Amino acid sequence: MSPDMIVNILAATVVAGTPLLIVALGELICERSGVLNLGQEGMMLIGAVAGFAGVYASGSLLVGVIAGMAAGVGMSLLFGFMAITLAANQYAAGLALTIFGTGLSAFVGTDFVGKTIDGFTKLPIPFLSDIPVLGPVLFNHDLLVYVSLGLFVAVYVFLRHSRGGLLLRAVGESPESANANGLPVLLIRYLAVSFGGAMAGLAGAYLSLAYTPLWTEGMTAGRGWIALALVVFATWRPVRVLLGAYLFGLASILHLVLQGFGWDISPELLAMLPYGVTVIVLVLLSANPTRTRLHTPLSIGQPWRPSR
Amino acid sequence: MTAAARLRLEHIVKEYPGCRANDGIDLTVAPGEIHALLGENGAGKSTLMKVIYGVIQPDEGTLYWDGEKLTLQGPAHARQLGIGMVFQHFSLFETLTVAENIALGLPASEARDRKKLEQRIRDVSTHYGMALDPRRHVHSLSTGERQRVEIVRCLIQDSRLLILDEPTSVLTPQEVADLFRTLRQLASEGCSILFISHKLQEVRDLCHHATVLRNGKVTGECDPTETSTDAIARLMVGDETPLSTDVPPATPGAPLLEVSGLSYASDDPFGTALRDITMELRAGEIVGIAGVAGNGQDELLRALSGEYKAAANQVRFDGQAVGQMGPDARRRAGIAVVPEERLGRGAVPDMSLVDNTLLTASAQGMVSKGWVAYRKVREYAARVRDRFQVKSDGVEATARSLSGGNLQKFIIGREALQAPKLLVASHPTWGVDVGSAVAIHQVLVELRDKGAAVLLISEDLDELFELCTRMGALCGGRLSPLVPTESLSIEQLGQWMAGDFADAAGEVNHAVA
Repeated sequence: MSPDMIVNILAATVVAGTPLLIVALGELICERSGVLNLGQEGMMLIGAVAGFAGVYASGSLLVGVIAGMAAGVGMSLLFGFMAITLAANQYAAGLALTIFGTGLSAFVGTDFVGKTIDGFTKLPIPFLSDIPVLGPVLFNHDLLVYVSLGLFVAVYVFLRHSRGGLLLRAVGESPESANANGLPVLLIRYLAVSFGGAMAGLAGAYLSLAYTPLWTEGMTAGRGWIALALVVFATWRPVRVLLGAYLFGLASILHLVLQGFGWDISPELLAMLPYGVTVIVLVLLSANPTRTRLHTPLSIGQPWRPSR
Repeated sequence: MTAAARLRLEHIVKEYPGCRANDGIDLTVAPGEIHALLGENGAGKSTLMKVIYGVIQPDEGTLYWDGEKLTLQGPAHARQLGIGMVFQHFSLFETLTVAENIALGLPASEARDRKKLEQRIRDVSTHYGMALDPRRHVHSLSTGERQRVEIVRCLIQDSRLLILDEPTSVLTPQEVADLFRTLRQLASEGCSILFISHKLQEVRDLCHHATVLRNGKVTGECDPTETSTDAIARLMVGDETPLSTDVPPATPGAPLLEVSGLSYASDDPFGTALRDITMELRAGEIVGIAGVAGNGQDELLRALSGEYKAAANQVRFDGQAVGQMGPDARRRAGIAVVPEERLGRGAVPDMSLVDNTLLTASAQGMVSKGWVAYRKVREYAARVRDRFQVKSDGVEATARSLSGGNLQKFIIGREALQAPKLLVASHPTWGVDVGSAVAIHQVLVELRDKGAAVLLISEDLDELFELCTRMGALCGGRLSPLVPTESLSIEQLGQWMAGDFADAAGEVNHAVA
């Protein structure tokens, strides 16, 4: 394998891992507030179709991205109303959201099947993209890849160093204690859920505007579910989410590479690879129970309402 | 004292479906006063506290703060005014550090500079004699240290009224003495303290004034230093309830349970490993294990119940090596267990009392060839209910619907009626009112007198000293010697609870969580 080829594989890895990274970062924040939103897949699909529709109607990529994110937020607010305000079962509400999103996106999207748009194009960053290896791997992508890296840094710093992150972690550990300390538990959970929705919408828009600039039904192909698993196995830590997302990205392009080499392995088996590899590696990483518990939002999945 | 009252409550009423938790309560706390709020469980203390701290709104009545009428918007508002609260079940975040926990309660501007905040925490904690490291994670702190975090948090917010909800129930006697020193110092500096408790001796040691509640009403006010314990207790429980259990001397028989060299690393990452536990229980005695929760009590219970399997010979019961037996086999051998958590472990919350009976008493002829004889189960459950005066809405009521004391009576009765040879009971009267506690104690003593051995794991020292034939303490997963109760001083026990086993080569061992 030539060095050029390795660089190409790594660059493709970053691209393939990006939608997963975006949606998983959103879900990480959401879960850290103690709310588990199983509706990621549905929000992504709605985001994808809304993004595509936005660009198709206006011709502007910015409008598409905003439309995708807004659609994601709208979906997440629907979920938030059920799971936070009405304190409904989070699992049921999330599953319902995914089923709803899958159906709605297919319905809305029928008109867009087979249509084309001008998607995001590569935007090499001057100077940085000239660095050997690192340049082409990280700095020769479309704009949304850079945005996803910025989001990663932002989430990391937010959780570790900001007061907002502290509030979020506190609410996720114990909403009762947080309430007793005078923190606005419901508001914080709503903000976290909306951020998750915005990110899922953005990830969906990335798929339909940059990754493959077209709309097909069910185009997220289970990435929302993988993101949910990713967040848990990454033990709610952003760095591990990043690594897991790229690992998934690598595994998902590897089967193309191996096929290119003419390896005689069943393509179905290879297509399974990313899911298997990602889960196994993350399970191994999350084996230390004490460290894991430090980062686990202990109240996750439990509806909470203030007593009055 | 009315004009300068720091806090005054007038006719507070709070009603919940089916119960009037506060029924016209008046209360006045002066600056620098340590004021006791006394009452049984369910008397309305917790509700009243939540009203004062703004967690719930009263249905009727008025609060006055420094003479001014006040409507609290919530805990944040209360704290801003200078009302600080130390919860019984701490409102701390285990995965955060001490400094982060305290920062959460402060306005953003004061919390931003972490270095400065850490210094302030150190200053305040040394000033009041409560050593505290701001950088440690709360889950690694002992219970006493966690309480200090709560207190320091209030002090940093310049609280002028500190509410403490049963603060001593989780402390060793030495820690209680330290806490009282701190509280007296605070009061002398002008801070008012509302001290909620049902331990009369402590109230008499510490407080200037006491208000007694029963069934949501004020039944009396007194100066605790000048009123006898019995007189205050009467105010708390009313006239009918007996105040103590009659415990005749025990006549221990042959050894029944032998535990030797039992070590067990806990499955819970924040649990405590048992280290080399050796003990012997005789038939016809109650053996007490004192200690602050989280020092291996839960693990000991698991090792005896069979939830954790040891080497066969590490646990011998009635001449049989039972270490490898599971819970069901041990139950059939005659070991009954009453765990600390009633809901979830002692009983399934959403199942009826009948179904809960079947869970541990199925060997009493209730199941034959895989079929359940529900008639027998119901009879047994009804027998438990009648014999132990369990107040419930019939035997088909769910376990969750019973009050803590009633459910506990049911669970203990369910085990006691199976005539076990050994009963292991963990915190059997925790959170239970005096009436039920006396009944539960009576059951334990009866079992003992019928020749059973009882292992009583408890944090309530009064209970242990009252009931036990022999006792010791668990600390950091190690067991002190078990000595006859009459030859044990409370100071000695306190040292053992803090891990200072003088006969273990003077090794001092602090609780590691």
